[in-house]
Amino acid sequence: MKPIYINSIGSVSAQKTYNNREFLTDVVSYFDTEIRVIDPDYKQFIPPAAARRMAKGIKMSTVSSQIAMTEAGLENVDAIIVGTGLGCIGDSEKFVSAIIDNNEQFLTPTRFIQSSHNTVAGQIALGIGCKGHNFTFVHSSISFESALMDSKMMLENNEAENILVGGVDELVSHHIDTHKLIGHIKKEPVATKDLLQSGTKGMIMGEGASFFVLSNKKLPSCYAELVAISTYNTLSKESLIAKVKSFLEESKTLPETIDLVILGNNGDIEFDHYYDTLRNDLFKDTPQAYYKHLCGEFDTASGFAFWLANKILKTQTVPEAVQLNQKSKPTTGTVLLYNQYRGENHSLTLLRRC
Amino acid sequence: MGVLSAIGNTPEDNHASLISEKAGISRITKIDTIHKNEIMVGEIKATNAELKQQLGLSLDLPFSRTALLGAVAAAQAIKSAHVQDINDCRTGLISGTTVGGMDKSEQYYYDYFQNDRHWGHINGLHAGDSTQKIAAYLGLEESLVTTISTACSSAANAIMLGTRMIKSGLLDRVIVGGSDCLCKFTINGFKTLMILSDTHNTPFDENRKGLNLGEAAAYLVLESEEIVKRRNKDVLAYVKGYGNANDAFHQTASSDDGDGAVLAMEKALKVAGLNKNDIDYINAHGTATPNNDLSEGRALLRIFGKNVPVFSSTKAFTGHTLAAAGGIEAVYSVLALQHNVIYPNLNFETPMKEFDLIPQTQLKEKKLRTVLSNSFGFGGNCSTLIFSKEA
Repeated sequence: MKPIYINSIGSVSAQKTYNNREFLTDVVSYFDTEIRVIDPDYKQFIPPAAARRMAKGIKMSTVSSQIAMTEAGLENVDAIIVGTGLGCIGDSEKFVSAIIDNNEQFLTPTRFIQSSHNTVAGQIALGIGCKGHNFTFVHSSISFESALMDSKMMLENNEAENILVGGVDELVSHHIDTHKLIGHIKKEPVATKDLLQSGTKGMIMGEGASFFVLSNKKLPSCYAELVAISTYNTLSKESLIAKVKSFLEESKTLPETIDLVILGNNGDIEFDHYYDTLRNDLFKDTPQAYYKHLCGEFDTASGFAFWLANKILKTQTVPEAVQLNQKSKPTTGTVLLYNQYRGENHSLTLLRRC
Repeated sequence: MGVLSAIGNTPEDNHASLISEKAGISRITKIDTIHKNEIMVGEIKATNAELKQQLGLSLDLPFSRTALLGAVAAAQAIKSAHVQDINDCRTGLISGTTVGGMDKSEQYYYDYFQNDRHWGHINGLHAGDSTQKIAAYLGLEESLVTTISTACSSAANAIMLGTRMIKSGLLDRVIVGGSDCLCKFTINGFKTLMILSDTHNTPFDENRKGLNLGEAAAYLVLESEEIVKRRNKDVLAYVKGYGNANDAFHQTASSDDGDGAVLAMEKALKVAGLNKNDIDYINAHGTATPNNDLSEGRALLRIFGKNVPVFSSTKAFTGHTLAAAGGIEAVYSVLALQHNVIYPNLNFETPMKEFDLIPQTQLKEKKLRTVLSNSFGFGGNCSTLIFSKEA
């Protein structure tokens, strides 16, 4: 199989990730039930007049995709593939409430247009004039992974040379309020550094946008190699270890050779036991990391994890803030990511130093 | 194949309506909208309760209509493909949807805060929920299950992705298609864009007034050559070509010259290894909006020149079923191949002044080898699929 390279990255998150020269040097802590992104200076990326009309998801994506494109030294790509659990949900909420509040009258189309799940991918294509393949995946916690999988397949089959791939989701009020009702979001605030000790149900919700240029050619800016990716609609705790082993086996990788496993723990006592299965068994002697205390939980939070893995592989540093156990290795050559949400939509992603 | 639309509950029903010119466009009955006297829609007759009954689901289960329609059509597809055990090989499900669970979300938007009766629907809003429920209903486990949302080309792109995954050896079998139900969200959205017709839609007609929204679900079961050989299965048709491109022109409108559509059709022909003269019939996107039909027509002229193949839009039968459109039209393309017929483009009277393209207005019998199907959506998303009788 041809190697697939991650040649550049860009991220807007609840941490100061929009500067690729830094790497979690100044970690921001929160005490809340939801955490928002730290806004970059949008003016540097988007004309203010245009920014005013833009949904937050589009703004975050515009910035992170521009950072990734600039770092890769590209002005255009052959394809744009985006994962988003909810799209520009803020506009959907405003359009729905306007329909109800005004009894289907006096509506304007902007909110509706931006509600299309593929608005971000379409807007980026429009911005850079990319007429290539343009897909948007919207499947809960594997939205971003689906986009990665499609990108990998395109590059392997020579359907494209450079692909802009990303994940984005925005945080909005009706969604937060309703998901608190059903206990998917924590009802009581938690200090993010204590997330895994919260002892309560639900997660701290976050938002963010992470974009990457994937290519079948290695550029000097290269971060890592994407070796394998797989998603599963269901997976029982009992079959998880066997699944991880067979996933690694397909890439001729032994669990013992994994240098770092990045886990999607979100502090929900009902579901974090999936990660415990790996932490206490297959990877008990492997360095472990986590990240949702930094960016919050959202459908494309795994895009932040992918950003983290790339950063770690390139800089060969595992920031203290993400370390989940006391183990460490002198070099990090292979990183495995595992994520799931509420026991569904599991993903395994394998990255290698390039 | 499985399909549920305003003109029938099975592929056979749909074919019967198509050949007898029986359109499914009517006034809306299931949604209480203030626009009910100004719009026409392609509504599926069954109520949610009836669909649940058909699926053997308890009435109080929180299924959106998108999930219900999708489960019925997908189960039908699995049955017609004679799949006994869905987990007997690497099977995936790729579904397209735009509204997902919006029908319930808009219904209970404020109620959620008054009482807990409908809280089951809260997590059903996101688009992936309908696909996840369809997978569970089919008994699909530990598998690739994902959702594509590229507006009105969603199901076409699901078919494309599934085909590519089988070709790449990542899956042995994949259920592909899409589902979208009617809801106030899309009715009002298209209303604000002023592209809803107040009467029957008239694709490719000079005096077209816009589209009729519709609801539908359609799925096809794609299998690898190996599975087909090993099980000695009948093949209905082949997905011979596919192409997706972006118009990169405007968020909701197509470019005047149909750049994206031209690129999508060119890619699909190239993948199929076919010459433009090899296309026997085009099932056009043909939504009957002023913008689409002009742009698509110009794109057809740019690709095919003076020899545009026989073409028709079936939207006058079903309405524009958004994410599901590429799915039902894929089913219609395969039915056309099987029956060697070209379905009529209803309601056409006056050729457009910009060109002399005239769709097929009567049912036509013709030996068909290849059918090209177009689906275009917001965000400049343009997709083309080519179906063929021969591998």
